[in-house]
Amino acid sequence: MSTASPVDSVSALAEDGRRPRRTVLEHILSFSVTQPLGAFGMILVLLMAIAAVSAPWLAPYDPTANDFAAMTEGPSWGHLMGTDQFGRDVLSRILFGAQTAMIVGFTCALVGGIAGLVLGVGSAYFGGSIDLVFQRVLDVLMAFPLIILALAVVAIFGTGVHNVIAAITIPLIPRCARVVRSSALSIREVPYVDAARACGFSHARIIFRHMIPNVMAPFLIVITAFVGQAILAEASLSYLGLGVQEPTPAWGLMLQGGAEEYATTAPWIAVFPGLAIALTVFGISLFGDALRDALDPKLRGR
Amino acid sequence: MKKITMLLAVSMIAAAFAAPANAAETPKRGGILTYMIPADAPPSFDGHRETTYATVHAAAPFYSVLIRVNPENPSSTTDFVCDLCTEMPKPTDDGRTYTFKIRQGVKFHDGSPLTAADVAASWQEIVHPSEGVSSARESYFVMVDKVEATDSSTVVFHLKYTTQAFLPALADPYAWIYEKKILDQDPHWYEKNIMGSGPFKFDGYEAGQSIKGVRNPDYYHKGQPYLDGFVGIFAAKQAVRVDAIRADRAAMEFRGLPPSAVDQLEKELGDKIAVQKSDWNCGNLVTPNHKKKPFDDVRVRRALALAIDAWHDAPALSKIATVHTVGGIVFPGSPLAATQEELEKIAGFWPDIDKSRAEAKRLLKEAGAEGLSFVLLNRNVDQPYKYVATWLIDEWSKIGLKVTQRVLPTGPFFEALRNNDFDVTLDFNCQGVVNPLLDVGKFLPHTVYTENYGNYEDQKEIDLYQKMLHEPDEKKVRAEMRDFETYVLDTETHMIMTPWWYRVIPYRSYVKGWKISPSHYINQDLANVWLDK
Amino acid sequence: MYRYIANRLLLTIPTLVGAAALVFALMRLIPGDICVVRLASGGGTFDPHSVAVCHAELGLDRPMIVQFLDFLLGIFRFDFGLSMWTGKPVSSEIATRLPISIEVALLATVVAIAFAIPLGTISALKQNTWIDSVVRTVAIAGIATPSFWLGIVVLIAILDVTNLVSGSPWMPPIDYVPLWKDPIRNLSMAFWPAVTVGYRYSAVTMRMTRSAMLEVMREDYIRTARAKGLLDRIVINRHALKNALLPVVTLIGIEFAFLIGGLVVTEQVFNLNGIGRLFVLSVQNQDYTLTQALVMLVVTVFVVTNLLVDLLYAWLDPRIRFA
Repeated sequence: MSTASPVDSVSALAEDGRRPRRTVLEHILSFSVTQPLGAFGMILVLLMAIAAVSAPWLAPYDPTANDFAAMTEGPSWGHLMGTDQFGRDVLSRILFGAQTAMIVGFTCALVGGIAGLVLGVGSAYFGGSIDLVFQRVLDVLMAFPLIILALAVVAIFGTGVHNVIAAITIPLIPRCARVVRSSALSIREVPYVDAARACGFSHARIIFRHMIPNVMAPFLIVITAFVGQAILAEASLSYLGLGVQEPTPAWGLMLQGGAEEYATTAPWIAVFPGLAIALTVFGISLFGDALRDALDPKLRGR
Repeated sequence: MKKITMLLAVSMIAAAFAAPANAAETPKRGGILTYMIPADAPPSFDGHRETTYATVHAAAPFYSVLIRVNPENPSSTTDFVCDLCTEMPKPTDDGRTYTFKIRQGVKFHDGSPLTAADVAASWQEIVHPSEGVSSARESYFVMVDKVEATDSSTVVFHLKYTTQAFLPALADPYAWIYEKKILDQDPHWYEKNIMGSGPFKFDGYEAGQSIKGVRNPDYYHKGQPYLDGFVGIFAAKQAVRVDAIRADRAAMEFRGLPPSAVDQLEKELGDKIAVQKSDWNCGNLVTPNHKKKPFDDVRVRRALALAIDAWHDAPALSKIATVHTVGGIVFPGSPLAATQEELEKIAGFWPDIDKSRAEAKRLLKEAGAEGLSFVLLNRNVDQPYKYVATWLIDEWSKIGLKVTQRVLPTGPFFEALRNNDFDVTLDFNCQGVVNPLLDVGKFLPHTVYTENYGNYEDQKEIDLYQKMLHEPDEKKVRAEMRDFETYVLDTETHMIMTPWWYRVIPYRSYVKGWKISPSHYINQDLANVWLDK
Repeated sequence: MYRYIANRLLLTIPTLVGAAALVFALMRLIPGDICVVRLASGGGTFDPHSVAVCHAELGLDRPMIVQFLDFLLGIFRFDFGLSMWTGKPVSSEIATRLPISIEVALLATVVAIAFAIPLGTISALKQNTWIDSVVRTVAIAGIATPSFWLGIVVLIAILDVTNLVSGSPWMPPIDYVPLWKDPIRNLSMAFWPAVTVGYRYSAVTMRMTRSAMLEVMREDYIRTARAKGLLDRIVINRHALKNALLPVVTLIGIEFAFLIGGLVVTEQVFNLNGIGRLFVLSVQNQDYTLTQALVMLVVTVFVVTNLLVDLLYAWLDPRIRFA
């Protein structure tokens, strides 16, 4: 992964005062033109988000209402994506599942990312023994694969949406902290930080006004990746039966239990949630990739 | 004339070919039976200590027992036959003494002879385990005062009181006969080692993978076992087991598969698959925590029962989950079970569901618990726990209750139960040999039955039960059972029944001889199984 | 250089000790009691006395700090104790299940490298062309698809296709035989999970290769080489690829360790008797000794891999090598 070099970032900061400021819309438009795949990804994610928000109006059925008269029916006009083994409408469950996915994905990414950002930059800024200890703690936490740590948290606190969010957020924090820290370390050495201290600026002000903006690029990239990782992690936990529980509609949960049982006789029960997950993470990854390309100043000129 | 002769000849030849298919089949010797064990690995091989079917499915073929459910008629709840004894004894001394004569010439797999001393020592460990040894079913045998070997071929059981519950308890499929010499040296030896006198000899175990057995040529039931050997493969995942049967990597499994899997196999393999079905001596129950408000109020508990439309929903549920028969607290196939008319008087079994739900709402209002929301504790097992829970939550929503689920893996689940850390829990009552008098012990308060998690006291209930347990007259027992059932499910609504589990075993049709029973613990020694290949 | 090595080696010790402490604490925070699980697993009754006996047997009645020290010292002696669930030595429980996991992990790595490096390189060289877009899409799809879902789909496809073609469905073997005993059976079991896991692994490596190549291609010395008139093929093979491979090798090393974590779900799907499945089981059973040992195993693999990669970097970077 390439990150901006400190000199470029600083000059970019300095340049901003002289270049005409572009509106957000113009940023998005230029992004779409230079990174068409990324724009496509963004649209996919937007679609999922819209589905999530408008699920109560869009969904034709109540996602948790069992209908024993219509069990495992294939896609039809009445049920566009068929019904599952309880007779529940798959399309409605997918739409409401988008809510769970968005909530889990974005909450874990944001909370984990911001916590990691503050911790990573703070550690890089203060340096010394604080940084040394922090590095060791990061080493320990990073040595655990994500799923294993998440499994342990769920085992301790139990299942359910809130615990799943906590279980996934916790392993994400050190991953963000590590990336942000290495980026922040290079900024730490730049003379103007020392100058700022000499001027009497407080620690907090330097961290928030000067260091954090300069690690925005890698931070944003890491956060976008986190959303996808969180959604996949929730799916894995639910597959193991340790994630969100019935009857909550959630894509990962829909792939568990019944889906495998009915894989050959009623494949739509497993196919649609799997597609939903894949498409969402696909979109996020495309967007994240394009974002990285766009933010990398070495590639900017091209 | 010639034509008629020809016709006769042809039809005779046809009949000659058709006859073997209709006549009783003679077992063929030979072949290896490969079957799946729906578990990861048993904690140990000691049948006395364990309660998991994984131990039975893995090791029962290596051992003998004293008496057992008739392997040719295992769905009967009263047909017990001898395994190691010579004939079923009539109890003497007012029904308090049972004297068993042990077969001669039985040998353990290491060559040593099996005598009454071994039988008595094994049973002693089950009934009155020595220090440091745990016997999982010790409480089933509280009626036993003493067991002793009076000579090398006689074992006598002395009971404290007469009870109908003893003989079925004695047929316990976990009551394997161990060698006294080994037990004396090391009572824990059988946890990690296998050495019995059963139809198969131990031939290897790979942890988490498979267990193997080969024919015991000195088996005392002449002619058996028909199989050369068997391989039991461990696979906790249902999809793997179904695929294995589909691809003929294994012939069957012995626990039970849900209807969806069975349908799939039948559709795809046609007559290469045979299916046996049976009611299961297992069921889920709903247990409210009597010390948590508002479940201390019997009206709220009864409302929970009245909301459930079992009669109407059971047929649909039985298509997707391993449940089937609506019944009371007694196993549906037993003579002690309630008839439909008797059931319909009990809360939760009323034939008119609208009336039932209206009454439920009225009770909730009266108790001030309208629109109540609570958390249902459940165990992390798909079939049928999670399916039943999803169904119940929807049923309760129809009387305005908002219920969410809290699912825990087995360990933390038991912890939460023992600490009474729940509002309402999905509970289970799974027993081996159908023995209603002991099986309904589950409904007794914790002080009497440690596996009851309702968190209540009820002396009246205990009295009703004791009266029934000590009742010598069979007819009176049935009436007392009705009283007990009504008291538990309706008057106090201590617990709520959900449809009884249902065992459906699809298997490759070349497997013959095995018959299904109401318990996945019994009839697993595979001695009478043969392959038609 | 030697100072660097010594430093690095020393740093692994607090990491391992910290990881041991963390896993020890986590295990004991899980509510529940293994003795109760063992004695009450089938619905039979258990009596508190048996539970107490079991506690004493397993050493669970000792104070926490004693248990922790016992565990820690055990690691250094390579004695991980007995599994609390089966009573057999932890090392034998793990040893039975290690071969298949390692085999799948190695096979997946081979598959990944075989596809990722050439495809990633081509994608970088033809940046922003349709080839690049196709490769990037395939790579991202590999990361986006839940691996267990892919596994399920693969299994169903195998069964259905063989059914269609030959009239009876075929399934990979479900019981493990070592490679030297029956290579075909062994490989037909390990191949499918390796491919499923390898797809994702190769996707990540593909992206890394592409991005590393892109960076290297911008370097001045590449421009110089080109200006010198060297053939593109030589420029790529002798200059670009070699330098690009460094971060790629790092990634492969790190991802290998993460692969072990990914096995947790894959082994469930394919019913492999490996350490991933063992881990889930041991957590569910609250088998402290086994879980602790497994986690330490994974953590150690990760730490050692990181160490090797760092040392490799140090050796290749003349600034450190000749310090």
